[in-house]
Amino acid sequence: MTMSERVLNDPQPSAETEAFWEATRERRFLVKHCRACGRAHWYPRSHCPFCSSSQTEWREACGTGVIYSYSVMRRSVPVYVVAYVTLDEGPTMMTNLVDCDPDNLNVGDRVRLNFRPTPGGYALPMFTPSMFTPSPEQAS
Amino acid sequence: MAYIVGAYEHPLRDAGDKSVAQLQVESTFGALADAGLSKDDIDGFFCGPDAPGTGPLSLADYMNLNLRHVDTTNTSGSSYVLHVAHAVQAIKAGKCNVALVTLAGRPRADGRRKGSLVRNDNPNQPDFQWEQPFGMQILNAYGMTAMRHRALYGTTAEQLAWIRVAASEHAKHNQHAVLRTPVTVEEVVNSPLVADPLRRLDCCIISDGGGAVLVARPEIAKSLGRPLVRVKGSGERPQHQQGGYFEITQSGALQSGQTAFAEAGVVPADIKYVSLYDSFTITVLIQLEDLGFCKKGDGGRFVMDGNLISGIGKLPFNTDGGGLCNNHPGNRGGMTKMIEAVRQVRGEAHPAVQVRNCDLALVNAIGGMLGIRHASGTLILERE
Repeated sequence: MTMSERVLNDPQPSAETEAFWEATRERRFLVKHCRACGRAHWYPRSHCPFCSSSQTEWREACGTGVIYSYSVMRRSVPVYVVAYVTLDEGPTMMTNLVDCDPDNLNVGDRVRLNFRPTPGGYALPMFTPSMFTPSPEQAS
Repeated sequence: MAYIVGAYEHPLRDAGDKSVAQLQVESTFGALADAGLSKDDIDGFFCGPDAPGTGPLSLADYMNLNLRHVDTTNTSGSSYVLHVAHAVQAIKAGKCNVALVTLAGRPRADGRRKGSLVRNDNPNQPDFQWEQPFGMQILNAYGMTAMRHRALYGTTAEQLAWIRVAASEHAKHNQHAVLRTPVTVEEVVNSPLVADPLRRLDCCIISDGGGAVLVARPEIAKSLGRPLVRVKGSGERPQHQQGGYFEITQSGALQSGQTAFAEAGVVPADIKYVSLYDSFTITVLIQLEDLGFCKKGDGGRFVMDGNLISGIGKLPFNTDGGGLCNNHPGNRGGMTKMIEAVRQVRGEAHPAVQVRNCDLALVNAIGGMLGIRHASGTLILERE
């Protein structure tokens, strides 16, 4: 059994976050930025957590970053990798590392966005090590 | 100023034949007997969400308490440490004379023996939709903290294992401990991985049971003829992801500790004994660093070679065996940490682990999830 066979939960969007999850249907990854102070934050909020401005806006993110930390969930079948990834936009987000070798990950490794569909048609923003080459079994 | 005048740890670890309310009331009566007080002396009640019912109401009714002050602060496992701090403040403000703090739970009896069950959080939590779909569980939160500490500071599995070894060396003297057999570093590092880099023996136990403490104003404390345990300082600090810019290897214990040390007018080198919430070995290591017992990043070297073992090391910790080996009632470790610290300060710990001249002790608990959202609570206890 490979990691990709894990059944994902649908997110439960709120009015505040609907735009984010709708964009994932088109495989667009949005990050909230504040027009007042200029900083990006995670997770997305209507009000900036730094300067309290309500002038926040969605911007499409580049989808790259580095592994901040991770933990392989060995108690699960199939195993999966919970991680924090620091986005190149600045903030660190919780995610999963997929299409990877759980025994060959390092804090600081470069990663790129790898959307994974949920049963309800959304997609969860997950990440894959930039250097990873799928094995023949995983590629098939 | 106020004193902890009563402390009681329920002896059960499997409590299938007791209700949660029964465990609460038995713990309360145990603490009252320990203090030499009666139920009708209690006029303040502090409890967490382990108390069945709406806040304090059902238990106050069940125990027929006559109250004028209540507080149901919930910061998960550290709640009870914050309750004692808040009880001291309430007593100082004249809001109550004798405050009861209780905890009880029966996760084993209720079939929740496994620590890896998916958390039953509320979808209305603003963070829920950003964490739950990724399968984030308690184990992963602490695993990610340990993994980053390893990456930044080179902390090894063997170093973390020493924390478990020290707890097990203490638990062998505790007749009530769930796990009384000492373990070696080799046994810990060869136990199965559960959430990299944490292994089975890096994790605390799950147990039923409970405990209670009583906090009283000085005139009452001094009338009881028991060793005087003064709450000399306290601090609390909720910590979170700060909009996405955070360092998970630094906990709220940094600020809660600084606040408590400043209030008590003492420094880490003055502390003879520590009770630290040991949900996982990494939790202990992070608290030792953030409380100032060693430099950030030096925790691995600090805990090695039995440095936390009573009679051997420089800083004895969790001499009851802690949550790693003794007891972790209701998955909330703050209560039992305070109880063992009171035993130590009174000189009433097991003779094999009693710290000599233990006139100053520190209690710290981290409730919630280290690396995600948590609250640290610190108490400094002094024998007068």
